[in-house]
Amino acid sequence: MLDTSLIDWSRAQFALTACYHWLFVPLTLGLAVIMGTMETLYVIKKDDFWKRAARFWMKLFGINFAIGVATGIILEFEFGTNWSNYSWFVGDIFGAPLAIEGILAFFMEATFIAVMFFGWNKVSKSFHLTSTWLTGIGATLSAWWILVANAWMQHPVGMAFNPVTVRNEMTDFSAVAFSAAPAMKFLHTVSSGWLTGCVFVIGVSCWFLLKRREQPMAKASIKVAAIIGLFSALFVMFTGDQSGLQMAKNQPMKLAAAEGLMDGGKDIPFSLVPGVKIPGMLSILATHDINGYVPGINDLINGYTDPITGEKHLSADQKMVKGRLALNAFRDFKKYEKTDQTKKDSAQLVLNKNMKYFGYGYIKDKHELVSESNFNLIYWAFRVMVGVGILLVLVMVLMLWYGRKDKLENNRWLLYTALGSIPLVWIAGQCGWILTEVGRQPWAIQDLLPLSAAVSGVESSSVVITFFLFLLLFTALLVAELTILLKAIRKGPEPIVESK
Amino acid sequence: MKVIHILNSVWQFYRDGFRNMTWGRTLWLVIIIKLFIIFVVLRLFFFHPALSGMSDKEKQNKVGENLIEKIK
Repeated sequence: MLDTSLIDWSRAQFALTACYHWLFVPLTLGLAVIMGTMETLYVIKKDDFWKRAARFWMKLFGINFAIGVATGIILEFEFGTNWSNYSWFVGDIFGAPLAIEGILAFFMEATFIAVMFFGWNKVSKSFHLTSTWLTGIGATLSAWWILVANAWMQHPVGMAFNPVTVRNEMTDFSAVAFSAAPAMKFLHTVSSGWLTGCVFVIGVSCWFLLKRREQPMAKASIKVAAIIGLFSALFVMFTGDQSGLQMAKNQPMKLAAAEGLMDGGKDIPFSLVPGVKIPGMLSILATHDINGYVPGINDLINGYTDPITGEKHLSADQKMVKGRLALNAFRDFKKYEKTDQTKKDSAQLVLNKNMKYFGYGYIKDKHELVSESNFNLIYWAFRVMVGVGILLVLVMVLMLWYGRKDKLENNRWLLYTALGSIPLVWIAGQCGWILTEVGRQPWAIQDLLPLSAAVSGVESSSVVITFFLFLLLFTALLVAELTILLKAIRKGPEPIVESK
Repeated sequence: MKVIHILNSVWQFYRDGFRNMTWGRTLWLVIIIKLFIIFVVLRLFFFHPALSGMSDKEKQNKVGENLIEKIK
């Protein structure tokens, strides 16, 4: 009998680790763009003002990078301990991207970050500038490969299951790495990181203005960050919209659950909050057509025919039958693998035909596919994420508007708003991950492997212990980061060194 | 000789960089403590990969058994 508390604690542990990891990563991505831009301005304008500004934000980048580095490694430990069936089952799909991430991206960051910090006044300006950008690009490439792996979990493509090795083997690298789903996930996630960095820079700069310190640097930083931030916020919205299209196509249950949509149809409204609806908006978000058909939870469970394309979609019961055929065929394949070639080949034919629904074979009750307890969480996570995103566009516009008229300091309400936006952008980022990962339940790999099959047979007590150890460790790291970061911010940028 | 000169320059670059660190020293202390906790304490005492010590053949058999067992 499967210990359901094992699944819950394993999920909780992974979620805790991922959420903490995601506190550090977006700031790394965002500050990389800021410091690269400011150093570029320094090199072009030959003005030490920009060098001083770049070095200040670079220092904060370094603090965040140092505290955050390797926090993601624990996720890989958890794959091996808590999710061993899953980590073997995914085979090359995870192995290749994570290997590339480690070898290329991490070493790139590690190499050039040293030049970035140690190389001021020692290497040429152009080489130093290149190193600064390559450090950021290395961090971004890291994100690419991790997000490719995650995108594959949401929409497994480009592979074939090998029943001999019990692994998925990559058959189409470009489908895995470069198709629409991973591409949009990457662009959306990375641009949210840029937005995080920009909101952070603006918030800290507004603090300086409130304290009437470092006004020229603060205003210049606000201008740079607001321009990049506005672009980032709009790009986040565009890629978020595209990701929504992908979600409607590949994970319709996630979309239906995010809206609490029980019965689908055309011209479906979107609820801003319970009771306040925008007519036709969900159809537009899901299909870019107000008359687009959006299936509801009941349609996905009971099966439906798309009224626009005529495509028939199987019911959950039908998928479970096919899934059970696949699992039984897999069992027969293993049973006759070495003893009866004919039965083995016959089993493989059935397995291949029904592999698409492999995971459904583990579902005992179709209602497992709909986790009503998650509805509220997904519903509000989506709305908080989008709401904060819209607010941040407004903040960027206001920063540029009042900054253009050099009236920022006269509008303390705006400075406090910008300061208050710092935690909001992090909340929005976490909400995005909650939507995508909680919305995926009960699947570890969409349609192929539910959590119940993915989890290892470890004792749940050991998972509980490590959960609380991580809570302690990550909280200590977070306290260290905030302490060191706030100290560095209070200290401010180093004095200007005249070197023209 | 040129290679040795380059390697020597790189070595001096890193040596001087680490020696001249100010706030970086605190961060390196945090990094070292963190990495020790992650790779020694957690990895050795709390994370034992379920399939560790097995050959690929043994892993595929074990996972295969696990997946079949969960059908019941």
